[in-house]
Amino acid sequence: MDELRKRAKELLEAGTVKVVIGYENGSAGKTRALFARNAAEADKLIFDSRCIMNLAAYLTKTEVKGIGKMAITAPLPAMRAIIQLASEFQVSDDKLMVLGLTPDAKMLEFKSLSEVEEYVHKSAIEIEAKYNEKLEKLNGMTPSERWNFWIGELSPCFKCYACRAACPMCYCHKCTVEFNQPQWIPVPSDDLGNLEWHMMRAIHLAGRCVDCDACYNACPLGIPLNLLTKRMLIDAKEYFGGYQPSIKADHLMSTYKPGDKDNFIM
Amino acid sequence: MAEFEPKIVAFVCNWCTYAGADLTGTSRIKYASNVRIVRFPCTGRIDYMLLIKAFDEGADGIIVSGCHPNDCHYTSGNFHARRRWMMFRSLADFMGVDIRRIKFSWVSAAEGAKWADIVNTTVTDIRALGPYTEYRKVSKGNIKEVANG
Repeated sequence: MDELRKRAKELLEAGTVKVVIGYENGSAGKTRALFARNAAEADKLIFDSRCIMNLAAYLTKTEVKGIGKMAITAPLPAMRAIIQLASEFQVSDDKLMVLGLTPDAKMLEFKSLSEVEEYVHKSAIEIEAKYNEKLEKLNGMTPSERWNFWIGELSPCFKCYACRAACPMCYCHKCTVEFNQPQWIPVPSDDLGNLEWHMMRAIHLAGRCVDCDACYNACPLGIPLNLLTKRMLIDAKEYFGGYQPSIKADHLMSTYKPGDKDNFIM
Repeated sequence: MAEFEPKIVAFVCNWCTYAGADLTGTSRIKYASNVRIVRFPCTGRIDYMLLIKAFDEGADGIIVSGCHPNDCHYTSGNFHARRRWMMFRSLADFMGVDIRRIKFSWVSAAEGAKWADIVNTTVTDIRALGPYTEYRKVSKGNIKEVANG
């Protein structure tokens, strides 16, 4: 931890970066994002098991980018997100520095995004066992039961869009949900509209989601949104052999293979 | 009560399936009149949202059709579309949408008979499944009008 604070201070004092994005203590024992712009503020930096939000979501925000060169403290899921953002030309070496974090709060210094990529590629995206059980249970249901399950789960959603705000991959300036000519998705909370919104959001993450669970953690109602993206991770593996975010490679849905195998097209 | 007549929406590409459907007509092949064809420049243009909204607007079944692989007018539109359909179909199934109501096919400009066959099969299948009220009944009816001003 001291190592991280020390390095952050050095970077800010030397003017290498203008802001260090990290975690600090918030209210009610929770953590929140910290944007340290001077050495004194860098003293507030922390990292522990409570730090679950994916800070990479801030890297694409105009207000944050406008400050100048950024440094970000990033555990593995955030590093994956950063690489995916790099492949979509949203972040680059001249604007971003990554201070990696291991689960036991050791700092990893990376000279460039390609080094981050190398680190990220050491481990594949794996779905936790507890989610596999839930997914299996849903797969065992009939379509009608699944429909009722999802309508039930999504019905309390009041469209606060916290899932979208927390997601590092949701950075479009104008989201499909904000289009009103035509109005694709109804603005008020509506059982069918909610389903459409979550289906739309999930499908736009196909082949891009880094499985950081930020959407689920951000949801004030605890709706298991991450089951949708996890299901798509499994599908991507089955259909296209899975994926790893890579700076140079196109993501799954922006590329194709002439030999892709489907079993339903007549 | 009259027999249930399913409403089918077909999203087709301009270069193959639309021309194929045209050939069905000029070849004087009779087929079910339940289908409403919507023409797109390419299957790559067919957004997921269109499929979701078609059910919402009253469709009981959907046909999505375009050029056979390697025959795309724009070289790769149908390859991209195929990936998209694979992921979409699987996600829709996971969310409980009745994917038996969505038929995907490749119909070339020379396959007038195949088009007639696909429409007829779809109509028979959807007639057996009945109207898709399960999908529409969860919407709070009046909301759409309010949202559209």
